[in-house]
Amino acid sequence: MKDFRSLVEGERPYLLRYARLQLRDGHAAEDAVQETLLAALAGEAAFAGRSNLRTWLTGILKHKIIDALRRLAREAPLAEDEGELEALFDQRGHWRDAPGDWEDPDALLGRKQFLEALERCLAGLPQKSAQAFMMREHLGFETDDICKELGVTPTHCWVLLYRARMALRECLQQNWFAK
Amino acid sequence: MMLSCKEATHLVSQGLDRRLGLAERVALRLHLAICDGCSNFKKQVAFLRKAMRRLAESD
Repeated sequence: MKDFRSLVEGERPYLLRYARLQLRDGHAAEDAVQETLLAALAGEAAFAGRSNLRTWLTGILKHKIIDALRRLAREAPLAEDEGELEALFDQRGHWRDAPGDWEDPDALLGRKQFLEALERCLAGLPQKSAQAFMMREHLGFETDDICKELGVTPTHCWVLLYRARMALRECLQQNWFAK
Repeated sequence: MMLSCKEATHLVSQGLDRRLGLAERVALRLHLAICDGCSNFKKQVAFLRKAMRRLAESD
C-alpha cells in the first residue's frame, strides 16, 4: 500500500494543471501547489476518513490560489485589456458580425478536444479579465467577492467579466465553430 | 428607447452576475425579441458558464 506522501505527490500534476489554468503564471502556480502539498502532508490527520484525496487537495489549493490572486492583483497594473473588443460593434453599437447559431453546443461538453480548445482560449484572455472570469466561473465566487479580491469597483468588475465572455465567445467562434 | 446590440450584450453579461432592474429586464427582453445575434449571444454565454463548470470538474 502506498504511503500518504506518495499518494499526495501523485496528485501534483493534476494540481499544477489546475493552478496554471487559474493563475496563468507558472511560478505562482508552482508555489501554490508546493504550499498545498506541504499543508496536506502536515495535515494528514485532517484527511483521515475522507474518501477523495483529490477533492480534499483541490480544496486546499483553492485557498492558496485565492491568496496568490490577491498578491497578483496587488502587483498587476490595472490598465490594460481594452481595444479589440470595440471592433466587434460599429459606431451605432450594432454587431459587425452578429453571432450565429451554435447548434446544440451541449453535445460538446463531453468532448475532450472541445475542452482543450476552451482552455487554449482561456489562456489567451487578458490577465485581469481572466482572473475575474476564472474566479467567477471556475471557482464560483460571487461578483462582490471578486471585486474585493481584485480591488476594483463592481462596475469595473462587470466590465472585466463582460470582456472575458466576449473574447472567449469570439475565440471559440473562430477556432471551433467556424471550422 | 431601444438598446443597441452593444448595450444589450452588456446587460446579458451582467445578468449572469447581478439581478437586473425591472427597466433593464424589459428593455433587454424587447431587444432580444427582435435581435437574433444577441439572442444567440445570450445562449452562448450561458453555454460558456456550463462549459466552465464542466472544465472545473474534469481532470
